[in-house]
Amino acid sequence: MDPFVCFPSATPAEILLAITETGHPYACVASAAEAEATEMERSEFGWSGAVVVGTENLTEALAVCRSLRKRESPVSPLLLVLNAEQLDQLSLREDLFDDFVLTPLRVPELTTRITTLLVRQGRGSDEEVLECGPLQINLTTYQAAVSGKVLDLTYMEYELLRFLASHPTKVFTRETLLSRVWGYEYYGGARTVDVHIRRLRAKLGESHAQLIQTVRSVGYRFGTQGWTPK
Amino acid sequence: MKSMQSETDYVLKTVEERGIQFIQLWFTDVLGTSKAFNITPAELENALEEGMTFDGSAVDGFSRIHEADVLARPDASTFQLLPLHEDGQSVARVFCDIVNLDGTEFEGCPRVALRRVLRSAHDLGFTFFAAPELEYFYFENLDPALPLRLLDTGSYFDLAIGDLPTELRRRSVLTLEEMGIPVEHAQHEDAPSQHEIDLRYTDALTMADSVMTTRLVVKEIARRAGASASFMPKPIAGVQGSGMHTHLSLWRDGKNAFVDESAPDGLSSVAKSFIAGLLTHAAEITAVTNQWINSYKRLVPGHEAPVNISWGRNNSSALVRVPLIKQGKIDSTRLEYRSPDPAANPYLAFAVILAAGMAGIERGYELPAEANVDLYSLPEADIRAMGITPLPSNLNDAVDAMEASDLVRTTLGEHLFEWFIRNKRAEWSAYKAEVTAFELERYLPRL
Repeated sequence: MDPFVCFPSATPAEILLAITETGHPYACVASAAEAEATEMERSEFGWSGAVVVGTENLTEALAVCRSLRKRESPVSPLLLVLNAEQLDQLSLREDLFDDFVLTPLRVPELTTRITTLLVRQGRGSDEEVLECGPLQINLTTYQAAVSGKVLDLTYMEYELLRFLASHPTKVFTRETLLSRVWGYEYYGGARTVDVHIRRLRAKLGESHAQLIQTVRSVGYRFGTQGWTPK
Repeated sequence: MKSMQSETDYVLKTVEERGIQFIQLWFTDVLGTSKAFNITPAELENALEEGMTFDGSAVDGFSRIHEADVLARPDASTFQLLPLHEDGQSVARVFCDIVNLDGTEFEGCPRVALRRVLRSAHDLGFTFFAAPELEYFYFENLDPALPLRLLDTGSYFDLAIGDLPTELRRRSVLTLEEMGIPVEHAQHEDAPSQHEIDLRYTDALTMADSVMTTRLVVKEIARRAGASASFMPKPIAGVQGSGMHTHLSLWRDGKNAFVDESAPDGLSSVAKSFIAGLLTHAAEITAVTNQWINSYKRLVPGHEAPVNISWGRNNSSALVRVPLIKQGKIDSTRLEYRSPDPAANPYLAFAVILAAGMAGIERGYELPAEANVDLYSLPEADIRAMGITPLPSNLNDAVDAMEASDLVRTTLGEHLFEWFIRNKRAEWSAYKAEVTAFELERYLPRL
């Protein structure tokens, strides 16, 4: 994921922590020029967003905001941080930021505001979704669905399905699945894998049970008929 | 296994994502009756970490004089949404172990007792798998004041389409599968209105949980259709009763420990000692596998229920049967223990069955000769001459045998052992004082 750009270079720790909690890395810059100059080397597709702190020097901060916004692809979301006393200086500058936060800084508030801004842009999707044929697994919410119907899986069933679906068409032995999914020689031994596969198939239902195929005398593989690997 | 923390996180996340309104904490009393209390999602995190305190004296077999409060500690790996909710509410259930307030194992908890036996088998490298066949009847209602009315008049494997019991059984199977309880097989049984659901093998603890879930699902689905289901072992005299034949296998190092490919009969010495253990201790564990007065009305000759302590290959009159396996399917080598009924407490039943078999392995019991004749067809004297002894024929005899058993005492622990015996003695006394319809019909006009 691409980083958030933060101004100034000594951005308060609360902000950096909040950005991290949304799952994003960050990069601190000392000026608008530095933000511009380092963007391509420090990100893949450009800054994910920006947090600009104006408590020390609001004029300079607003200049940074302007530079980030008034360009071909404006950086968004942009969160401005300031003191209550500075509020009256925002009038007629509302186009330079998406939201603002007042000091004192609270990490949960910052996290929530950044997340809300991302969601509003339809980018609440630090959601990673794994799709294989009719199966979808939302890695953020731990939910799996087949043909749009959400499956009620136990934790180990979910982990097993996720592992298999992340490596479609690859054949795994029971021992490999045991060590990769369960983590070590589990109580039930390799037979546990068969038992869980059968439970998963039961939950997938008759029409989708074959998403998990038994490979005779080897193990299991995930795959659907007609599904071709990318 | 992945850390407990990620399992807990998964459960909490699921509760949030699926908008679950209540979580039922499930456990069983000593006799295997389902017990539950509901908590809200807000309490779940605390429940998973610390357990929920409740008054154990309200539960059969839990009460102790000084310490009544115990903790229900949810086993996060059993967390499951219930597809049964009617009023649009999202409800999940999770099985609990009962522990003392100081976190030590509570001796009155059947699930804890089974865990203990499984652990000692595991210490010897064995994992125990069980696959029960649950038989039960559908009735129009279960009110003892009304005459019993069956829902169908079918028999073995009857293919009936569109009749209510078949539809109820089908719905039960689909619900179980949706809950991750794979069904191997379901069919109409021998008696009218009698049905059978065979669960696919899994480790014995999960299986005991699954038996509890199955009983609930079958009954609940019948109830919703305005009918009833009962797992009573012998509801109707003169026809087959409801058993819970249980298929057993032991696994070690990923291999079926009952298999010895070099043996002419394919059975390993582990299998033979295990059978010997079951036979040696069969009489002692019967009070647990068949815990009701009524259980012994099923264990009578002529209705495919075992009466004698014997074993045989594919001999359905034997107590322990070694089913024939399909060619090349050596991994499906297993034993079938045929006395238990579906009204047993599955945790305790699996615990004593495993303990009996393990005693055979640890003490190297000799396997007696196979009974390869139909024991139902032989006169009793001939059966005794073969050195075959009978299973207890009533609850009182079974409790006598249990009371004399060190094996059952150690397996269940003092608390469960003593409570169970006290409870069953009381049941027998109450029964003994009854004047039955049998007596009135037979004696009143004559005497």
